[in-house]
Amino acid sequence: MKRKLEISELIFKILSYTLLTIFALACLYPFVYAVASAISGRSAVEYGRVVLLPIDVQFEAFARMFGDNMFWNAYSNTLFITLYGTLWAMFTAILGAYALSKPRLLFRKAFNFFLVFTMWFAAGIVPQYLNYLATQKVFNAVGIMDDKWLVVIAMGMAAMNIILLRNAFEGVPSEVEEAAIVDGATEMQVLTNVFIPMSKSTIATVALFFAISRWNGYFWARQMISNQNEHPLQVFIRLRLEEFTDPDRMTGWNYPYASDSVIYALIVCSIVPILVIYPFIQKYFAKGTNVGGVKE
Amino acid sequence: MKERAADFLEFDKDRGAYRISPEQAVRDDVEKHYWLHVGRTIAKDWRLYLMLVPMLLVFLFWRYFPMYELLGCFKVSDNVLPVSEQLFSGFSYFKRLLLGGDTVSTEFWRAMRNTFILSFYGLCFGFPIPIILALFFNEIKSDAARSVYQVLTYLPKFMSTVVMTSLVTMLVKQGSLTTGMGIVNQALEGLGLISHDVANAGLLNNPAFFRSIYQISGIWETAGYDSIVFFAAIIAVSPTSYEAAQIDGADKWAQMRYVVLPSILSTIVIMLITRIGSLLNIGYEKVLLLYNTNTYVTADVVSTFANRYGMGSAAGAAQPGLAAAAEMMNNVVGMLLVIGANTIARKASNTSLY
Repeated sequence: MKRKLEISELIFKILSYTLLTIFALACLYPFVYAVASAISGRSAVEYGRVVLLPIDVQFEAFARMFGDNMFWNAYSNTLFITLYGTLWAMFTAILGAYALSKPRLLFRKAFNFFLVFTMWFAAGIVPQYLNYLATQKVFNAVGIMDDKWLVVIAMGMAAMNIILLRNAFEGVPSEVEEAAIVDGATEMQVLTNVFIPMSKSTIATVALFFAISRWNGYFWARQMISNQNEHPLQVFIRLRLEEFTDPDRMTGWNYPYASDSVIYALIVCSIVPILVIYPFIQKYFAKGTNVGGVKE
Repeated sequence: MKERAADFLEFDKDRGAYRISPEQAVRDDVEKHYWLHVGRTIAKDWRLYLMLVPMLLVFLFWRYFPMYELLGCFKVSDNVLPVSEQLFSGFSYFKRLLLGGDTVSTEFWRAMRNTFILSFYGLCFGFPIPIILALFFNEIKSDAARSVYQVLTYLPKFMSTVVMTSLVTMLVKQGSLTTGMGIVNQALEGLGLISHDVANAGLLNNPAFFRSIYQISGIWETAGYDSIVFFAAIIAVSPTSYEAAQIDGADKWAQMRYVVLPSILSTIVIMLITRIGSLLNIGYEKVLLLYNTNTYVTADVVSTFANRYGMGSAAGAAQPGLAAAAEMMNNVVGMLLVIGANTIARKASNTSLY
């Protein structure tokens, strides 16, 4: 009996280590391959000889990327959208979630339903497109010509994030709030001096969710931003990919590196900043998924 | 002695008749002036209600107004007039999509089928794998080794959809006169799984591979990250439960079956509801970025179908009404799935998401 137990444990242990190692390496490999291809020589990339390590190392593909003004422009546009988009989303979400967390709020159920319904039913991309076109007209009419502001203000709100915040605010003990009110704090002071400091980690998590969806946003930015100088990084990457994998345009290619290397360099450049901040944000990321149980 | 017929009446001795009690008079008054009462409460507490305004406006303008645009599916498509002034067309778009018998209808049914198949495969493969990963993570007792594994498997989650699809596109790209094919094509050809011609034509140009590429890249991207929540549930199981099971002679399999599984069941149910709820809401962005005219047969889903017809890149002018009708059907089915899954879960296990 004892032996059987030990054998089954051992088998499972070996199985988990093997499969996990395979899976982890499979997750890592495409990145290693992308870096290797970005810095390999032209013929090695074009004939598909790069497998794991770079061959005939060159850095001209990266140099071309860094020398491209459009690339830096796209980067700054992405930073603009991420920064202002997250601030705007957090501003509306924190205020709204705070009000929703108060039991004394009239029609609280109706307001909650107003939010939750958007998680059940979305109009879909075509109605939304028509809506954004109308919004664009209004924005242009009041003098906001930069379509980045349209992306910042009109897009990216998520009911789920507001509900996460609301649940965190509901978890703040009412005694603390009452004490603050007795001390003469106004509604706004209660929010900024009591509720926000007491739900810091949820706020960080939600801000991270907003920031990531802004950083990654592609489809609507491509649909709504017509001016090339205002394209964010994701749109820039996609347009380059479409251009560089079009064989007709690539016939006259005479550089010391393959056209693919430029795409790989671009991919690497867009991942690296995230990898740099990853260790700092990881704990909030992991926490966010644990806030799952949502109650109406 | 006061006699009471009912709590809202009281006996008036002077007149020898019943009259409405003072408490009820107050209640009646509140009811009669309900909106006045609401107005007073809001006026007294206006700061709190002001806080709601930005959020409500954002949702109204950019979540609910598009739903109004959905009415376009009952109207004659017109790119000039606003929805409210278009002519009513009844269910003509729905009829055309469902029973039309022409190309549009064939494409719509194909898109509907592809949507179901892609999301169903996603549920079959994408859902269990994170749970299995979490079980494996639990086997690794050294914290340092486990965090290395975890960090490696979370990595792909940090790419945007565009970067992920770009990478996938490069890994499976076609060969041409000047450049070789993608590394995955080379590997599959080397293993003898596909012929040279198939490999050289590029896997993303071949409808037979689209679903596999979609699912495998999906698992690659999210499995590690999705396992976090299950892992958190597994490490919450108290070690004494395992010891008790071991004393009873339970082998590894029995421990899984009788100790681990029951304790993570509620997490599994919640995640399953979320999953089923977004079943038809499959990432159109990813499909749009991966598909091309060669793979419409297996890749075209309702959102991309609507995108092509509604924004005017397919067969001439945009037909927003037609596209809205297609999305309407998709979204209504999706909503029924969310509500259904939630109701079943609430009845079956007292866990509910909303």
